[in-house]
Amino acid sequence: MNARAILYEQFSDLEQQRESSLAGIWAFIASEIMFFGGLFLAFTVYRLNYTQAFNEASQHLNLVLATLNTAVLLTSALTMALAAASNKMGWKYSTLLLLMVTTLLGALFLAIKGIEYIEDWHKGLFPGSAFAWTGSDPGHVQLFFVLYFLMTGFHALHLMIGMGLILVMLLLTWKGWINSRHFMPLDVTSIYWHFVDLVWIFLFPLLYLLGAKI
Amino acid sequence: MPPVLQIIDLKDSQATRSYLTKQTLRSWLLTTDHKRVGLLYLYTIIVFFAVAASAAAVMRLNLLTPRGDLVQAETYNKLFTMHGVLMVWFFLIPSIPSVLGNFLLPLMLGARDLAFPKLNLLSWYIFVFGGGIALYALLIGGVDTGWTFYTPYSSTYSNSHVALMAAGVFVAGFSSILTGLNFIVTTHKLRAPGLTWFRLRLFVWSLYATSVILVLATPVLAMTLTLMALERIWKVGVFDPALGGDPLLFQHLFWFYSHPAVYIMILPGMGVVSELIAAFSRKRVFGYTFVAFSSLAIALLGFLVWGHHMFVSSQSVFAGVIFSFLSFLVAIPSAIKVFNWTATLYRGSISLDTPMLYAIGFIGLFTIGGMTGLFLATLAVDVHVHDTYFVIAHFHYIMVGGMVMAFMGGLHFWWPKISGRMYPELLGKMTAIVTFLGFNLTFFPQFILGYLGMPRRYHAYPEQFQVYNVLSTAGASILGLGYVLPLCYLIWSCCYGKPAGNNPWGAKGFEWETTSPPPSENFEKPPVQTEEAYAYPVPSSEPITE
Ligand SMILES: [Cu+2]
Repeated sequence: MNARAILYEQFSDLEQQRESSLAGIWAFIASEIMFFGGLFLAFTVYRLNYTQAFNEASQHLNLVLATLNTAVLLTSALTMALAAASNKMGWKYSTLLLLMVTTLLGALFLAIKGIEYIEDWHKGLFPGSAFAWTGSDPGHVQLFFVLYFLMTGFHALHLMIGMGLILVMLLLTWKGWINSRHFMPLDVTSIYWHFVDLVWIFLFPLLYLLGAKI
Repeated sequence: MPPVLQIIDLKDSQATRSYLTKQTLRSWLLTTDHKRVGLLYLYTIIVFFAVAASAAAVMRLNLLTPRGDLVQAETYNKLFTMHGVLMVWFFLIPSIPSVLGNFLLPLMLGARDLAFPKLNLLSWYIFVFGGGIALYALLIGGVDTGWTFYTPYSSTYSNSHVALMAAGVFVAGFSSILTGLNFIVTTHKLRAPGLTWFRLRLFVWSLYATSVILVLATPVLAMTLTLMALERIWKVGVFDPALGGDPLLFQHLFWFYSHPAVYIMILPGMGVVSELIAAFSRKRVFGYTFVAFSSLAIALLGFLVWGHHMFVSSQSVFAGVIFSFLSFLVAIPSAIKVFNWTATLYRGSISLDTPMLYAIGFIGLFTIGGMTGLFLATLAVDVHVHDTYFVIAHFHYIMVGGMVMAFMGGLHFWWPKISGRMYPELLGKMTAIVTFLGFNLTFFPQFILGYLGMPRRYHAYPEQFQVYNVLSTAGASILGLGYVLPLCYLIWSCCYGKPAGNNPWGAKGFEWETTSPPPSENFEKPPVQTEEAYAYPVPSSEPITE
């Protein structure tokens, strides 16, 4: 079966169509950066104001699991990039395999994150009525955990959306709709996945490393 | 709801195969044609406008008497919140971009459609969904925080449906983002051969600048409202000082979006006015490059001035001075536009058709709105007039006197293209004048009220303010007439208006080269741009002698 590309009627050629998809995803990512930007700003302001409380709070997070997760996510970035490249070479089955590995790594990340959340909950770190902090300045420590859960939560949500997209790409690649000539949807998914990784690359030092006693 | 435009006589030679030919509900609800999506937006925002305007009408009636005899204080709070939320997010922001922009952008670029037509339809559904949530929140009891949702009142103390309303605005925000994204990509990638950036129409430039704001500012609002709603539901402090948060952070984040949003609500109007001035002066817009870049400058500066809403919110005096200075800078690109429009009129062959009357009205009212903005950007003066009717009058001069006038002007100008029919010209002119007079009578007294010290957002007031309030209410009823009339005669014109022909105004531009209404694919054959924008014949500088 020959690789076939679909040209939508609003475009005059494939090149224009590809460039448009690319421009679209970058504009979307700019928007996403601003979305997370609000949270990062809030975190920065409060960290500057309540450094002591934030450092102390940070030390109660599980640095080992978070480091492991960073490795998992970075590996998934590699397999995602390889999947996109392998698709362009026309290697259907290796593309399928790499996409599957990427999804599984994403799932592994979520599983580890889940374990971490459960641990946090048992330690009484979840804000609200279950919050139990015996140390000093519980108000501002709780503020840290509000932001921690929001930031990692929004990141996890984006990761799940990314996994959904990859599953769709798996199906489309398997059906042959995505192939070496019609590769843009996979490339766009790949860019989105890298963005989600990158958010974590900022979250990890901000939440875990800044206050850590190593 | 959709088939308002159905009644076009198909025997008309020009309308034989237009984008309006197929008329089934399904063909409207599943359309990916940017022209139809534009009309879907038009029908939707008319509904929101009507609801929000009714709220304003009740408020104005209540303010006829100093004691506020019509509604109670809480009801009044809910009314102004409803008016603000619906007008800002569900009428003004989508008005020109989503209706006229959707309809015209691909036409002006010589493209078949937007870059992502399905995404465009999705934007509309998201918008309707968000609007549905907002209307539901109003029906089950409303919200009393004002459109600004200031914390900690919104997140802690208010007993109204704040979280639900925030959800509605949040959802509608995604529609804005997707529309902006679509416009940016389309402008970059789908321009016709020969259509370089500096041959683009000024409306396209202004839509582009608007889209940049939509894409970059709206997500910040989404996050801000999310934090506010979470604080309310989860009862944890992000902004509440009692729980360790900082209420000023909310104001910073909110105005970081909402000041640029003000420019979402005026830049497209400026673009429309550039088109109208050129078409009805038969001249290329004077200082084209300056007008184009001033749109981008306004978009950019708009991100740097949010602190002028917080002069009295315990922001440091130093920050106040900086924000005051930056706010003054916005006057430069705005004035560049006004001067260049005026210079375009000079020695133009001006015809005063309805759209031109709206455009001239826009220039006058926008100038007043902009100048009074400088009063407010001045630290000391702002302390005196902050949160008074002066502020109300100022931004209504921009939003209603500016944006709505431009929207009406644009709607009349492109109505022949949209519907294929002419509206009744004399009635149109009269309406434009009625709107202008009604508007000034409504809002000019509010400048005086504010300067004399009447605060905004109160349902009752001291007796000495009654004269101005009565004048304002009288003006509002005239203004209302100015909005009801076009609704009637534009619908009338769909059936009985005389066929428009391709280019009833003799204007320059791709959209006037195709049929009215255009075919689904916009152009019989793809157009090519061979000259500058607005290449009207240059009027001879010599006086004509017999
Ligand atoms: Cu402002």
